[in-house]
Amino acid sequence: MEFRGQHLLGLEGLSAGELNFLIDTAASFKEISDRDIKKVPTLRGKTVVSLFYEASTRTRTSFEIAAKRMSADFISIASSTSSASKGETLLDTARNIAAMRPDAIILRHSCSGAPHFLARRVDCSIINAGDGSHEHPTQALLDLLTVRERKGRIDGLNVAIVGDVLHSRVARSNLLALRALGANVRLIGPPTLVPHDFGRWGEVCHDLRHGVRDADVIMMLRIQRERMTGNFFPTLDEYSAYFCLTRSVLEEARKDVIILHPGPMNRGVEIASDVADGGAAVILDQVTNGVAVRMAVLYLLVNAPREELEVPAATVETAPAVARPRRKAAHA
Amino acid sequence: MPEMLLVAGGTVVDPANGVEAARDLLLVDGLVHALGEPGSLTRDARGAEVVDAAGCWVTPGLVDMHVHLREPGYEYRETIASGAEAAVAGGFTSVACMANTKPVNDNAAVTEYILDRARAAARAHVFPIGAVSVGLEGKQLAEIGEMRRAGIVAVSDDGHAVNDSGLMRRALEYARLFDMAVIAHEEDCGLAHRGVMNEGPTSIRLGLRGMPAAAEEAMIARDIALVELTGGRLHIAHVSTAGSVELVRQAKRRGLAVTAEAAPHHLFLTEEAVEGYDTNAKMNPPLRRERDVEALREGLRDGTVDAIASDHAPHHADEKDVEFDQANFGVIGLETTLPLALRLVHDHGFARDRMVRALTVAPARILGIPRGTLSQGVVADVTVIDPDAVWTYQVAESRSKSRNSPFDGWEMKGRARCTIVAGRVSWSLAERNERH
Repeated sequence: MEFRGQHLLGLEGLSAGELNFLIDTAASFKEISDRDIKKVPTLRGKTVVSLFYEASTRTRTSFEIAAKRMSADFISIASSTSSASKGETLLDTARNIAAMRPDAIILRHSCSGAPHFLARRVDCSIINAGDGSHEHPTQALLDLLTVRERKGRIDGLNVAIVGDVLHSRVARSNLLALRALGANVRLIGPPTLVPHDFGRWGEVCHDLRHGVRDADVIMMLRIQRERMTGNFFPTLDEYSAYFCLTRSVLEEARKDVIILHPGPMNRGVEIASDVADGGAAVILDQVTNGVAVRMAVLYLLVNAPREELEVPAATVETAPAVARPRRKAAHA
Repeated sequence: MPEMLLVAGGTVVDPANGVEAARDLLLVDGLVHALGEPGSLTRDARGAEVVDAAGCWVTPGLVDMHVHLREPGYEYRETIASGAEAAVAGGFTSVACMANTKPVNDNAAVTEYILDRARAAARAHVFPIGAVSVGLEGKQLAEIGEMRRAGIVAVSDDGHAVNDSGLMRRALEYARLFDMAVIAHEEDCGLAHRGVMNEGPTSIRLGLRGMPAAAEEAMIARDIALVELTGGRLHIAHVSTAGSVELVRQAKRRGLAVTAEAAPHHLFLTEEAVEGYDTNAKMNPPLRRERDVEALREGLRDGTVDAIASDHAPHHADEKDVEFDQANFGVIGLETTLPLALRLVHDHGFARDRMVRALTVAPARILGIPRGTLSQGVVADVTVIDPDAVWTYQVAESRSKSRNSPFDGWEMKGRARCTIVAGRVSWSLAERNERH
């Protein structure tokens, strides 16, 4: 199995084989971050630009660390400091960056479809780091890696996704991938945030206790305060009275349930502090795995086109885990 | 010497007069002079220029009751001249243009300016539609009577709904003074909630904000109630959902003065076209689902939906080649409306006279304009349609200044061969081919 494609725009349409290959590749990169000297030369001479139109600490830092551990040159652009603040369009900004010949642009944007729009118009790889309410593929991949590490499988697991499913790109990427990998997905939240149209992708459930019953995995989503202005729920207090994951709710789940949260958490709103800090939470594992997943994605997309069948000797010496022969390509 | 034009050898389709037969048509000094058996007008037509209509339908000049010509204010998208040229290339001899220009057509001076520009262009008849409210702001009634004197044929805040029910009530009442229809863009803004496509499984999958069908239907239900209250005349622009069609059907059954139009994109595309975030599939009302498309066609077939109108809405590439959320709503349609309407006849079992009615006399009567028939003595607007011409629509060759069509590259069957405005050939396919 392999992952073909110039871009990573989303997980929709990826097969179980492709998803597993991405997760396997990420798993093989984890070891690098445990080394004394956390750097391999795999992407030496490659340039990666992150272009973030939304605030982000975790995702941007994770990509930066991933790129730097692979020896890529990493340039970070935030919209507040870029020419976007002077009114330049996304397309013009991206074309200008692309003209400097980077190997990949990592895009975070508040408009769904923004990376798809760019992928048709610039010729470097586009990696979606979250587009509007659409997808956040690397987040879902790190969630899947975390689940698989803990559970040994994904097929057949009961996974409950709780919260603002309607607006969540994390939920969309996860539920598409979880289904492809054979998990049973339940979507939990008030009808305003989990409308019945989601029924074709998972079991829709409006009762938290019922929804987490027999769950192997609970994925919490962040509740955004600005949703109150759209009247999706009256107040955060009322929301948490019905949908906060507490110890008492947790008793409905399987004994060995694990809890994921993409962060940043609203403690006491969607998740009680003692649950967030308790033994079932794997939230920091997710963050650790995020670096490995992004190393894998950069490796597969940025390195792929010019790579020979055999991984160069230098790479093998320092990064044995990545020596997975994939494809034969002519030297450019 | 009178100016004469003989349209010979075609099949005249004139639903208003119940004519659907092989006839020659003689136009003299800009008016319809006579309709006769093939060959019977030869003596009267001595010295006339002849348009060969063999194998063609000869219909009253087509009327597009819903276009945006963008002048004044947005001439980079379209001008009255370029819009009129696109109109005649698409077979339309008359267009009614919406008021959302800059400045808004909410006073007689703007109405007069539009009519002056149309006269200067001299390609097609342009009938301005005035705003319901000053600046389209939905607060204060515009000077409808002054605009009526200057030449408007209806009022509409199209592009926006009239959200204030009290204002809509007054508009329906006041427009009765001039026997004009209020043309309504039906959208409950609270329900539409800044949506960018139809609400449903596709919007959920794409992560785009949805506009539910109920946003349109709730407003139509309100306006029908207001027609009952006021006795006013309501025309519903670009009906797009099955529920809307049913509401109009019921209102008509109760004898209310409610009419409706459908746009070709709602008759031939579904929300699936948004896939890949194609901004040429972004319009308002949005593309809906298959069952809505079917209900719309059925409504058009049984007369619930009276007219076909393009909702021609030109936008510059810079306003469309952007993130989906940020793209303008709307598509151009003057040159694709007739071929798509013909598709209803070719592929969907529509009667020919039903389709022609929806593009001629039906919209003309709603607007109260003396167009849409071939009765003796009327202004000689005629469209000669070759129903079988197979061609490919290439938006790059459009007469419009804009290129935002979702139908680029579509195989079409049928098109206008010749468009005659006030007795003169304003556009002909043959000339166009020669120039190429």
